[in-house]
Amino acid sequence: MLTVAFAVVFYLAAAVLALGLGFRIWEYATTPAPLKIPTAPAPRTRGGVALRLWREAVLFESLFKANKWIWLFGWVFHAALLVVLLRHLRYFTHPVWEWVALMQPFGVYAGFAMVAGLLGLWGRRVLVPRIRYISSPSDHLMLMLLIGIGASGLLMKYAARTDVAAVKSFFFGLMVFDWQPLPADPLLLAHLGLVVALMAVFPFSKLVHAPGLFFSPTRNQVDNPRERRHLANWARELEAGRS
Amino acid sequence: MEQAKETGGGADGSPDPLEIPDLVPGCMSASKPYAAAPELQKPLGFPGGLVEDWHDKAIEKMAELRGKYRSFRVFLDACVKCGACTDKCHYFLGTGDPKNMPVARQDLLRQVYRRHFTLAGKYLPWLVGARDLTAEVLDDWYSYFHQCSQCRRCSVYCPYGIDTAEISMAGREIMDAIGKGQKYSNEIIGKVRTIGNNLGLPKKALKATLDDLAEEVLEETGVPVRFPLDEKGAEILLVAPSADYFAEPHIAGLIGYAKVFHQAGVSWTISSYATEAANFGLFIGSYENMREIALRIRAAALDLGVKRLVFGECGHAWRVAYSFLNTLAGPFDFLDRRYPIPQHICEFTYDLMQAGKLRLDKSKNDHIRLTFHDSCNVARGSRLGDKPGGQFDIPRAILKACCNHFHDMAPDTIRESTVCCGGGGGLLTDELMAIRKAGAQPRMRALRQVAEEHGVTHMAAMCAICKAQFSKVLPMYGFDMEAVVSVHQIVSNAIVLGRGSDGSADRDGDGE
Repeated sequence: MLTVAFAVVFYLAAAVLALGLGFRIWEYATTPAPLKIPTAPAPRTRGGVALRLWREAVLFESLFKANKWIWLFGWVFHAALLVVLLRHLRYFTHPVWEWVALMQPFGVYAGFAMVAGLLGLWGRRVLVPRIRYISSPSDHLMLMLLIGIGASGLLMKYAARTDVAAVKSFFFGLMVFDWQPLPADPLLLAHLGLVVALMAVFPFSKLVHAPGLFFSPTRNQVDNPRERRHLANWARELEAGRS
Repeated sequence: MEQAKETGGGADGSPDPLEIPDLVPGCMSASKPYAAAPELQKPLGFPGGLVEDWHDKAIEKMAELRGKYRSFRVFLDACVKCGACTDKCHYFLGTGDPKNMPVARQDLLRQVYRRHFTLAGKYLPWLVGARDLTAEVLDDWYSYFHQCSQCRRCSVYCPYGIDTAEISMAGREIMDAIGKGQKYSNEIIGKVRTIGNNLGLPKKALKATLDDLAEEVLEETGVPVRFPLDEKGAEILLVAPSADYFAEPHIAGLIGYAKVFHQAGVSWTISSYATEAANFGLFIGSYENMREIALRIRAAALDLGVKRLVFGECGHAWRVAYSFLNTLAGPFDFLDRRYPIPQHICEFTYDLMQAGKLRLDKSKNDHIRLTFHDSCNVARGSRLGDKPGGQFDIPRAILKACCNHFHDMAPDTIRESTVCCGGGGGLLTDELMAIRKAGAQPRMRALRQVAEEHGVTHMAAMCAICKAQFSKVLPMYGFDMEAVVSVHQIVSNAIVLGRGSDGSADRDGDGE
């Protein structure tokens, strides 16, 4: 019963995440950007733009310019989350890829770093009046959700170990549509439940900042307006009958 | 938890230009521009006054913008409320009003957007801070979207590049669509579209001014520098902000352009049909109005048969010219493709300098100890020259070639981090003086630092709004109102007229 419930919920959440995010990206991609508005100084070539986006996505360059504390907490959280996610590949690969096996210990450190980064961000949200002012309940909830995922994961590693072999066979079963029993471990269920919630809200929340960055006209446009016209379709219609 | 500030005050304890104030909620909520009267609204295609079903019309307009502008959609979705921008707006730094924090300014619109266009906002508004568009919210829009100079400083620091300028433009566009327009901007747009310039200067007055200038320069230098108007077949059409024809220190800059053209030996002209570089269509976010104004320049260029288009010193104007003109009114295939279209007067002067065709006597500016204010929309919305960042380097190279004493202000207040003058984006109107003064505070403090540390006496700017705004607010901060000068005023002082040494450059005059 529990296994069936979680299996169904995981399928649904995965579908919502994939379709929702796909829809969001489609929306961004098909909405015109009628004017050249890169924040200057801006790169003059596509390659330069790719490099700019890479620096934003990987190094958080603009955030670094803005505020070293937010950068530190934010970057540590995101980098650690990436490592943690990669570590979790061991539940979805068999035999486990060698580099995934090698990075397992780092994945655990990253778990701590992730929670530390999140706590730092939350601390600022509560303690800095400017950021408290702009925060909605959802901003706090999102941090709680992520911290809950990180903390329950770490607890399973250090406090109440769960049967990881059974967890792995559950996820493998999900992937090949041959459901295997999920251990009824409360920590595990909490961990997975929160992950499902995160997947489901992703496309409908501020978490779309992830694809959003790559569609941000101030960051992804080439600085070449004097060389090329940049007409949106709706703007082209205004041209009819012009001298 | 708070970030330690790197800027620090001056050694002598003058205040940090970017000092973060305590929050003073609502302290600027009463700051509002005068409303546009029906006769100003209608010619621009807007309702005369607030329409009866303004709520529904506003949401309708929002839906339209959401479909027409990717920036609008991505920027409203992507913000994570990280707080990186919260201390970046000069109006926030000067007032402490939290709604002048860029993210909070955006949220005025975002809360309504979420209510109508997001799942969470429709069903759980309290959770995500979604709100209905009430009369009170609309009132906040009118106050705070007119406390944004669209300077884009916040967009430099946002990890997703969210540009509050885009949001305040959208906010104004929505308000125009429901009949809640701003007098200052809409009146000016009307004048450009009927008379050809922001000031409503008719051709006759313009001609008289230009003739006076020619006479003045002749008297002063003995050289017949021309100020041509509507001369068909001239090589260059100069499009300058109309303030250059009547205001100080703008007019001294215009004299500088004319002297540079004189030395270059090119024929040029001003058009009485398109006597305005500034394009206030940008301020109100109206593509259609921006396009109409841009098309006047195209028409003037075609009519006069010029080969090149050169823009005078003006910030938002140069942004529209550089970034949008080709899109709005191009292609300019009838112009000479060997030159940038359009070209900035600073690019023109710099090229001439590089070619060794200008003799500049720096000592003529020895009474001046100079600094440079990067105008926001030149700095963050355009480029000069071939290289990214040319908009910072070229004006400085020109100034250093013309003046022996040059000192930059604090690094986090110049170049891409420049703080706005406080008067841009349609705020240069008397009823907004309180916010204009407050917004100038970071720049005035940065100027105070270099004045105390390096004895700086003058600040050059290359924007009509910056010049007008500083002339007004400098005295409020204890400076001389004439401390602001045009870049080409400094050039005008230093330039050696005449063809004495077959136009070859004076090596001593080469500052770089």
